[in-house]
Amino acid sequence: MLKEKDKIFTNLFGDETYCLKRAQKRGDWNNTKSLIKKGRDWIIDEMKKSELRGRGGAGFPTGLKWSFMPKDPALNNYLVVNADESEPGTCKDRDMIRNEPHKLIEGCLLASFAMNAHTCYIYIRGEYFNEAVVLQNAIDEAYEAGLVGKNAANSGWDFDIYLHRGAGAYICGEETALLESLEGKKGFPRLKPPFPANKGLYGAPTTVNNVETIAVVPTILRRGGEWFSSLGRKKNTGSKVFCISGHVNNPCNIEEEMGIPLRELIEKHAGGVIGGWDNLKAIIPGGSSVPLIPKNICDSVLMDFDSLTEVKSGLGTAAVIVMDKSTDLVKAISKLSHFYKHESCGQCTPCREGTGWLWRMMEKIGEGNATSTDIDKLLDVTKQIEGHTICALGDAAAWPIQGLFRHFREEIEESLTKIRAA
Amino acid sequence: MSNLNDNFSFNKTNEREAEKILAKYPTDRKQSAIMPLLDLAQRQNDNWLSRDVVEYVANFIEIPFIKAWEVVTFYSMYYTKYNGKYLVQVCGTTPCWLRGSDQVAKACKEMISPDQNTLSKDGLFSWMQVECLGACVNAPLVQINDDYYEDLTYDTTKNILQSLKDGIEIKVGSQNGRTSSKAVS
Repeated sequence: MLKEKDKIFTNLFGDETYCLKRAQKRGDWNNTKSLIKKGRDWIIDEMKKSELRGRGGAGFPTGLKWSFMPKDPALNNYLVVNADESEPGTCKDRDMIRNEPHKLIEGCLLASFAMNAHTCYIYIRGEYFNEAVVLQNAIDEAYEAGLVGKNAANSGWDFDIYLHRGAGAYICGEETALLESLEGKKGFPRLKPPFPANKGLYGAPTTVNNVETIAVVPTILRRGGEWFSSLGRKKNTGSKVFCISGHVNNPCNIEEEMGIPLRELIEKHAGGVIGGWDNLKAIIPGGSSVPLIPKNICDSVLMDFDSLTEVKSGLGTAAVIVMDKSTDLVKAISKLSHFYKHESCGQCTPCREGTGWLWRMMEKIGEGNATSTDIDKLLDVTKQIEGHTICALGDAAAWPIQGLFRHFREEIEESLTKIRAA
Repeated sequence: MSNLNDNFSFNKTNEREAEKILAKYPTDRKQSAIMPLLDLAQRQNDNWLSRDVVEYVANFIEIPFIKAWEVVTFYSMYYTKYNGKYLVQVCGTTPCWLRGSDQVAKACKEMISPDQNTLSKDGLFSWMQVECLGACVNAPLVQINDDYYEDLTYDTTKNILQSLKDGIEIKVGSQNGRTSSKAVS
């Protein structure tokens, strides 16, 4: 369990104002110059020591990712922050943006310096209009105080930071689609290689990081990589903001230690499952794209990358969607299938055609108008989509359905048989 | 509601705003400004984009019309028809659905129109079901123009719509009294 003194986001809920003066009292922008003066290699080394894994869902080690960026000072490197938070169940970046924007902005400066970037774009989802207003205000404050801009924070490093609003497309959370969108085009994911670290925004070396990944950087550098890695478990270190939604008594966001037992997380912070733990049916532990897990796994699983991979699910964005026994699971997953059908960009045939087909088949099963053979065919089609598309949206559409039938096929077939008999 | 946009151009305030937007991107990368410029134009044009408005924006950044139109039709937040003074977007994705978004949609059906994307009789409102709005621990919720109204029920949804109709100011955010996404204690 995370101790109060180890919390990074002390103003996650906006109990205080986000404004610069107040943020400085909370420790943001405290002698940022001295961190920069320690040099690029020191920063990347501390990030490696912290064992921070990207908070956007994939969990790639951040320090390693940063070290891929070319060091040639003649190149025009970019940092792009992914604030296109759209994964169903996830709303953690929103709180950081509206209540802790200075952690993010300071993190942008430090990360950009470490990666030899003089320019940073933050791509925020279009629906977060009020959040974008707050973030722009905070950026303006930082410019006025000389913390960003020419000779940022007196460090000798010139740094510009710009906010770019999206316009409602989940696919732009995929890093190369995001770059296309930032270039003023449809959000079509790019073929890789080349990877963004070689050819990203405007063809220049680019690193795309999630909001939370960047917002924890200043605290890690101040308190040391070893402090961060002392929290959680090996390779699954630090604290993490969890979003607990669905059938709990008190849905909420909460910063906790990585590796906290799922049950403890829910009972301690979200007031428990509605009707008690025994009323639990299943949980999607990491946002809509990861397979659900049934109650017997929820009883003991830990909330981190490796523990959840072991049970064939994933930590993803750490968005915990709780479903109690009253839930029609087929309908719950069918709604996710509809989401992916709606958000498929249409570039790759297996995804464009497949996501619609998956949804229609899920609806048929939901209506009781299907057989065991249909389920076989459905699962076969998920395998035809998975791994056969440019980006991971196709995989993300396939996994929730595979997870559902992995754990609940028997129960669903029984109900189909009953409907046919009636 | 403006129907005739043959002569659309940014007003003085938005001209200055457009210059600020262009300054964010390299001078040879004006196309990057298309999304914020379309948004700006849409706001000036009663929250929808006619072909003429899109043509104006395309010319403004010197790109072919079709490139701009591709962007307009790809993203869900550009509207090619008028949606009323208040566009109510009901989130219906799983986390909201688990907490009763069907009841929120029901309130919209009764107060606005039985069908989505249809103006209410008084011409003030329309509603549509949308995918995840990204405020899932405050579910269910709606977005009305730029603002989120969260932790809704059938009754609080009706209240909000009635208040907007009557011109009564209502609090944005959670409707059950809690602060942002903090757990009710």
